[in-house]
Order: sequence, then structure tokens, then C-alpha cells
Amino acid sequence: MKKIALILAFGLVFVACNTDDDAGTSEEQKFTVAFSFTHNWDGGAIADADFDLIQYTNANGEQLSISKIVYLISDITFTNAAGEVFDAGDFNLVNVRENSNLSFTPNIEIPAGDYTVTFTFGFDDEDNIDLAYPELNSADGGWNVPLPMGGGYHYMRLEGKYINTASDEIGYQYHTIRANDMSTTPITLQDTSFEVNLGLVTIGSSTNIEVQMNVAEWFKNPNLWDLNVLFTVLMPNFDAQIMMSENGATVFTKGAVTQ
Amino acid sequence: MKFFTYLSLLVLILCSFSCGIDSPGDGFEPTPVSLTIPQLFEERILPPVIPEDNPLTEEGIALGKKLFFDPMLSLDGSQACADCHRPENGFSDPRRFSVGIDGSVGTRNSMPLHNLAWNYNERFFWDGRATTLEQQIFGPVTNPIEMKNTWPNVENTLQTADDYPQLFEQAFGTSTIDSTMVSKAIAQFVRTLISANSKFDRFLLGQEELTASEENGLAVFLDEARGDCFHCHGLPANPLWTDNTFHNNGLDAIITDRGLGGFSGDPREFGLFKSGSLRNLAFTAPYMHDGRFETLEEVINHYSEGLVFSETIDPLMKKVGEGGVHLTEEDKVDLKAFLLSLSDPSFINNPDFQE
Repeated sequence: MKKIALILAFGLVFVACNTDDDAGTSEEQKFTVAFSFTHNWDGGAIADADFDLIQYTNANGEQLSISKIVYLISDITFTNAAGEVFDAGDFNLVNVRENSNLSFTPNIEIPAGDYTVTFTFGFDDEDNIDLAYPELNSADGGWNVPLPMGGGYHYMRLEGKYINTASDEIGYQYHTIRANDMSTTPITLQDTSFEVNLGLVTIGSSTNIEVQMNVAEWFKNPNLWDLNVLFTVLMPNFDAQIMMSENGATVFTKGAVTQ
Repeated sequence: MKFFTYLSLLVLILCSFSCGIDSPGDGFEPTPVSLTIPQLFEERILPPVIPEDNPLTEEGIALGKKLFFDPMLSLDGSQACADCHRPENGFSDPRRFSVGIDGSVGTRNSMPLHNLAWNYNERFFWDGRATTLEQQIFGPVTNPIEMKNTWPNVENTLQTADDYPQLFEQAFGTSTIDSTMVSKAIAQFVRTLISANSKFDRFLLGQEELTASEENGLAVFLDEARGDCFHCHGLPANPLWTDNTFHNNGLDAIITDRGLGGFSGDPREFGLFKSGSLRNLAFTAPYMHDGRFETLEEVINHYSEGLVFSETIDPLMKKVGEGGVHLTEEDKVDLKAFLLSLSDPSFINNPDFQE
């Protein structure tokens, strides 16, 4: 009798205190994958001390500074050799200067193995739903795009100053969003998010994948960017949004993969 | 036999300790309060920031309100928080600079108080030097040009008052008053100062229409080529109407008040000040960190024609060399009409927020 009481008491302890889900199945082990985001200008790391200094020269020859780099990535996807796709469907808003979200672990576990890893820069149209994400509505006073420009969310806010042809310091706002042409009725919208393919990665029990952004590439190719012409009011500039999206194709690369 | 009985009891007691969350304490049981979250806030933005070590309670809020309106916090018993944060002025001060108990005049305009529980950055004051609301409240009481008091003196004054020891007992479980509890109580009250019933709020809820002028004003506000106000002050997706962060908005060619940089010491932050919320502008004149503009027309003219360059000016300030974007007179009038639609008379008249 007393033994039963003791067993019951111990049982209560375990039942009452155990808040972990029991993953005790004999199925294949699965793991999360961590990502870290680093930023450079043609190979030179961008540190906090580098912000607000006119020290960079873009491919078109303008000297410039960087004051702000905030960008959104979404839909990190792992595809194995059999074509099986793993996608947490979540997003990450990286704020470089504020050092926020430079590390991100998608909310999904996958079996160990080799995967092609991709993500979306910005939101594709399926995810770019106006007002849908309180976290983004709350970020930076609102990460949203005004409804007259089609709504949804910014992909990136890259800001700073450059020296113009008159040698004046001028602010630039390299903001990327879904391309929109407000001159048409209804407004013309074009999805300018793009997929970044990091290539094949071997995923193990504690894999970290570095994603490198070369900021200089935004100004380089295929469209040589002339800041004297394209420095401001780029959000409602349909053609500029297309060009920025095209230039984004070479911005991201896979860095170190650690296990 | 007894061994097993005692062991079982011991295990059960251990269980109740290790798993227990609620402990009734010593008879101290203030009544928990949950903020009533306005619909637009609930639907659109993240929940408010309520620190774990200062949960809202009925007793704490009531005590905080009493303290907020009580001049006993000042050295000579002549000045309360509410003297420079007046409810009828959106909890701001209609004077350009507030005046301390000895006639000293400050250098910045008193900040309006509303929706501060949603300040996710938790940077308070124009220069962001306080990192919690509780910490912010410590400032004015001992500021030599404001209330000019000392915390030991405040504690002693409240301790010897007829009613405060009991009120602190009810709110915090002890009648021994200290400065931390004073700041916590006032912070609790300030977190209840929620403004969410402007004409524009009702428009978003489908309860009211905007005038044509207000509609065009909104369009100017959201147009990157005209107002481009939204990059610092937010947009309808975010009912706070501020990014709660810091910018140099082109007020001065020579920075005399260093703002955020004066606190951080970083020259790149000289002259940066927090973006004020655009709610309740009808009640919170004068404007800017130093209250230099008496009217909204002056504010709009500043962004339209009055921008001046300095080294730390924000890249979002456009056409600085020309003074700004040069809005048309019609756009200026309409922008003002829209801005005024963000004011909430029910907030300044809310009896819960009056003395």
C-alpha cells in the first residue's frame, strides 16, 4: 500500500513537472539549421564603426556611406536529392546596424543529409499580404508599403549619403519593394522578390550556414547604378524596382558552413 | 511504514514547490489588471511591453495615478508630474520649456504621454537615455531644474503622510516606501494612458468617413515624392504613429543640443531626437524637441522649405539643398487636416486619467 502511495507520488512529480513533449519515437532524427547573416562591401566586413562614413565607392564611381541596412528574407527551403522539400514558411527581418536577427533558425527540423538551400529575398506575392504580420507592422514604425503603392511590405531599406556631381552630400534611399506602377488603373504590380540559391549543403546535427551580403553588388550588375539619377523616390519607380531586383541576384552568397 | 508515509508527503511537498507558480504570499494580494487593448492595436501590432517585475494591478495603478498628480514629489511640494504633463494638453506642456520649482527653465519641450506601453525599443526621453519607463520616472524628481528633490526626501515625505504607507502596502505588500516602488506605481499608471479613438481610428474601423481634404492629406503623407512622412512616423498599419527611434530632421546647421549623441557620446548621433508620435497634435503644441514651432503650419513648412544640412542629417530628409520638397499650399492644408484627424479628444477627457 505504502509502496503504491510512493509510486503515485513519484508519478505525480513526473506528470506535473514534465512540460516537454515526448519525442520518443524511433523515427529518423531531425535537426534544426541555424543561419548567420554577415555583410561586406566587396569583401571588407561592415562593422558598426563603418556606418555613416563616406568611405565606399560604388561601381559607377560615386562615394557613399551606409546609414542603414534592414532587409527581409523568407521561405528558407531545403530540398533533398529526391526532390523532397522542407520549408518552415517563416521570415526574418535583419537589422544590421542594430545587430538584430543576425542569427536565425527556421522553425523546422529536417533529417541529416545533403540539401539545396534557398530563400526568398523579401516576400513573394503569396506571402506579401497587406497587414498580415504584426511583427512587421510593429518594426521600424511599420515595415509596410503604403496601400497606394500596392501595400504589402518592404523588402529592404538601404540608406546613406553619397557625394553628387556638385560635391554635395545627398541622402539616398535604396528601398526595395514589389514593383508598382500607380499610373495605371488598377495599379500594375510585379513581384520583384527573388530566390537566392545557396547551393548544396550537408546538414548535420548542428549546422550553421553563413549568408553573406555584398552590399556593393546592389550597385553593380547587371545594372550599373548611377546614384546621381536613382537616389530617391525609388519605391514608386517601377523600372528602378526591376533593376534593383536584377542586381540582387549576385548580392548573396554562401559563406562558411560549420557543423 | 512511517518512513514511506513521510517520504510520500515530502515528495508531494517538493512537487508543489518545484511546480508551483502561484504563491499567495503573506496576505498581500493586489488585484491583477490586464490592459484593455484597442481593436486596431490588437489586430495590427505586437502586444504591449509589461515588465515581469512590475505587473499591472488595480492598487498599483491607483497609487501611480495619485503620485502622478501629487506635488509632494517635488522638493517644496509645489510641483507634480501633471504640471508639465497636463491631461488637457495630451499630457504635454503648452509652454515651450517647462519651468522647475525654483523658476529654472528647461531646454526641451515636455513629451506627450500616450501608448508608451507599446514603445518596443524602450528608449524614453527625447534623447533615449532611459531604457525603461520605470527608469524614466526617476529622472524628473531629482532633476535640479525640475522637481529638485532627493529620493530619500521623497521617501520620507511619503512615509510620513497619512495615506501613502497603506496604499503602498496594498499595492506592493509593504508599507516601507522606496523610490523603486514609486517609479513602478507611476509607470503602471502611465501604461494605462492609451489613446486609440481618433477620427482616423474610427475611419480605419469603418465607423467614420474622412473628408476629401483629410484623404488627400493622407495621400501626401504616404507619397514618397511629397510628404514621405511614413518612414519615420509610420502608417495606418501601425496605430502608434511613430517609429520610436531617432533622427536628425534638419532643424539646425550647427548642432547645439546633441540629443541621442549627448547621451551615447557617438558623434554620428549628435542632433538625433526621437520621432514624436503624431497622435493628439491638436493638444500638444508646441512641437519638436525644443518646442520651436508653435503651430502645425510651421512644422509642415519646415519639412517643405526649411530643412538645413548638418553632418548627421537623416538620409530620409529629401531635397535638403532646396530646403525640402516644396509642397503645394493645398497639400499643406490637407496634410494638416489629416494630421489633426489623429487627435483623440476622448483621451484627454477620459475621467480615468484626470486628477
